[in-house]
Amino acid sequence: MDIQRITSPGGITAFLVEHHDNPLIALRFAFRGGSAQDPQGKSGLAYFVTGMMDEGAGDMDAAAFQEREQELAVHMDFNAARDLVTCSYQTLTARKEEAFDLLKTVLTEPRFDEDATERVKGQILAGLKLDQNNPVNVASRAWSELAFAGHPYGLPIKGSFETVPSIMPDDLKGYADRVFARDNLIVVAVGDIDPETLAKDLDHIFGGLPEKSQLAPVPDATLAAGPVREVVEMDIPQSIVQFGLQGVMRADPDFLPAYVLNYIIGGGGFNSRLMEEVRVKRGLAYSVNSHLFPFQHAAVFMGRVATKNEAVGESLDVIKEQLSRIAREGPTEEELEDAKRYLTGAYALRFDSSSSIANQLLFLEVEGLGVDYVHERNGLIEAVTLDEVKRVAHRMLDADRLITTIVGKPVEAVPDPAHAMA
Amino acid sequence: MSEALSAEDSVSARKVHEFFLDNGLQVIVIPDHRAPVATQMLWYKVGSADDPKGISGLAHFVEHLMFKGTEANPPGQFAKVVARNGGEFNAFTRNDVTAYFERVARDRLPTVMALEADRMSNLRFSDDEVKSERNVVLEERRSRVENAPNAILQERMMAALFPGHPYGIPVIGWYEEIEGFSPEAAVAFYKRYYAPNNAVLVIAGDVTPDEVRKLAEENFGSIPASETLEPVRVRPVTAAPSEPVVIQLADPRAGRITVQRYFPVPSYPSAKPGEAEALDLMMRIVTGGAAGKLYRRLVVEEKLAATAGGGYVRPLRDAGMLAFDAIAAEGVTAEQLEEAMTRFIAELRQGSVTQADLDRAKSSYLAQFVYAADSQDELAGHYGGFLSAGLTLDQIEAWPARIDEVTVADIEKVAATYLDPARSVTGILEPSAESLAA
Repeated sequence: MDIQRITSPGGITAFLVEHHDNPLIALRFAFRGGSAQDPQGKSGLAYFVTGMMDEGAGDMDAAAFQEREQELAVHMDFNAARDLVTCSYQTLTARKEEAFDLLKTVLTEPRFDEDATERVKGQILAGLKLDQNNPVNVASRAWSELAFAGHPYGLPIKGSFETVPSIMPDDLKGYADRVFARDNLIVVAVGDIDPETLAKDLDHIFGGLPEKSQLAPVPDATLAAGPVREVVEMDIPQSIVQFGLQGVMRADPDFLPAYVLNYIIGGGGFNSRLMEEVRVKRGLAYSVNSHLFPFQHAAVFMGRVATKNEAVGESLDVIKEQLSRIAREGPTEEELEDAKRYLTGAYALRFDSSSSIANQLLFLEVEGLGVDYVHERNGLIEAVTLDEVKRVAHRMLDADRLITTIVGKPVEAVPDPAHAMA
Repeated sequence: MSEALSAEDSVSARKVHEFFLDNGLQVIVIPDHRAPVATQMLWYKVGSADDPKGISGLAHFVEHLMFKGTEANPPGQFAKVVARNGGEFNAFTRNDVTAYFERVARDRLPTVMALEADRMSNLRFSDDEVKSERNVVLEERRSRVENAPNAILQERMMAALFPGHPYGIPVIGWYEEIEGFSPEAAVAFYKRYYAPNNAVLVIAGDVTPDEVRKLAEENFGSIPASETLEPVRVRPVTAAPSEPVVIQLADPRAGRITVQRYFPVPSYPSAKPGEAEALDLMMRIVTGGAAGKLYRRLVVEEKLAATAGGGYVRPLRDAGMLAFDAIAAEGVTAEQLEEAMTRFIAELRQGSVTQADLDRAKSSYLAQFVYAADSQDELAGHYGGFLSAGLTLDQIEAWPARIDEVTVADIEKVAATYLDPARSVTGILEPSAESLAA
């Protein structure tokens, strides 16, 4: 795969992978900022903005815009994450000119009309109402609040019943003005387009944005000191348990060892220790997994299990025991070998379609890893040693410090003495 | 101005190859040489609608057991081997099909094909494994259904929509029947349906038809065809509800009032020529996101709903369904929302679709074929899903052209025929007084 780095005459840089087999272009871009830029009392603003991007731009009101989108058959999908606002934009080659015109209008002349704002507000509030009764969402939201109290990461990305009603067109416009700029823009393109054309198109689409963003500084976050546990009572037969700890940052030399470790614990599906112990051996749950989330200002190791109320205590005990054991002993040589074989072998699967390639390239840009990372990455995974994984396991996995949220009607096992003291 | 997209624009140079082994295995090869990756999907023509009476969920349960192992690959080995080869795998069960898939680097295809072939005829599991897996499925049911009021309502709506037909029974099965699964029933089901003459093997990606033929012969060629398989899947005739059915569910977890309405209709495999395409386009016009007519009416103009959507659910062998749904706006009652939906559907039945609506819908529909062709697993899913539900390769290939031919009159005709209130099932979900997670 040939990754080109191009710079437009106007100074916008982008990665490009050309593929002319299929007549489509996948553009992916992001603005650094995300929901961490939501002002005090306006949590949910970035998310709200992304919901407004197809609600009218330039001389098109919402209806006209949405009809145009369908007529051109473009796929436009804006999303708000903690640190980024992202957009996936796909068009058929045959419609490229008009599709890029449309995108330019979206970015430089979004309307944020009063009636569209009210409509989208109603949708967000309806969504919050549904989320409120979805135990997975409740557990996740409660976990972030608990772990990141006092930091923007503790606030809900979608906002709350208190903040969303107060968001007005001026707030939306203010966010777009501050965040949609060229100095925090990251762009990648994959598919049926050559570098010269792309360079010209980049200036056309993004050239009208302000040169500089106005981002508020976001401090690094420290996770709450565990152990802490919160139970949210909900009258459901199955409890959702979310548990987590301080993770490892992307720039930390221990990141890749931690990444490999997470695969062994709960990232590897049926090959993970948690799946084996909780589901396969004991039939306690349908799903149990773990993840590593390196945000820009914090890192989290987090897992989740869904199990019937009666089995919450036993499931958590099994999970803690597994975490403690791996912290003490590390993984086996064989587990490490298996993890490396999977992670290196599966890397190619992330590059099998234009949109998946675009995803990977965007990630490289966001993390500042550079083009060569694609070719170096498997070597870096291969180089991870058992000692490194043991060290990071010991450092990261203090099972007595878990931050846990449980949603449901858990019937708990008798706590062991260590937990009783907490 | 751009010209309207035509069916020709949406068909890429891609060629799909088809052949059969002597034992009846159908093989489909979809070459895509952009990345050194291959996707294998093995589709069995058996699904929840083939569950024996009183053992609902058995097809789905057997899908779980398929990961338990064989003599050559003891329990846990399947996942281990795939992972050691850097591959991904999964499986799913639907009403008419059960499918298994793996994605691997192209040179690992022989390994994962050997695994699929092995478990097509050599599956083994112990009584203890059946017991433990039964609990896993019960947890899965709790996650998907018992914890989600909307899923509970849907189960009831499907039962009313397809009375007397197994489409009315949930894929995962009824709780009490899952509890009663026996190893014997699972073995009998497996022996009967898991055979080359009841399967479609789809390989997409960086492969050639010749190498796939050779590999398929080597791996599947010696597996005997099943003799206990009926030549034609015998199912009860689908009976539409004979009068409007309304199902109401009040649940403290509901969050917001939602109103849904279903109509039974023919599916792509069961429809008369042109009907399924007309239904498909009609539903794209009505429920195609924010540009959809239903959203326009209920959300934008009348402000009775926060969102509205739906769709034409297609790959059911014996029948399909139209679904309309809406979530009430703040302060709007279920009656108001239902009344507005009824009015909208009545107008649609009388013919409210315009030529401009149809042109836009066709354009976005035809573009879907190009977008889908970007991803080898989507292509494998597209071909495998429709072939195993009863379509032929020619029918699938001619699809864009047939979509292109649909006229406003065709849509008016299917609307008049199928949007009959007497055949509808309405589901209303309302939050009951106390909310659980304040």
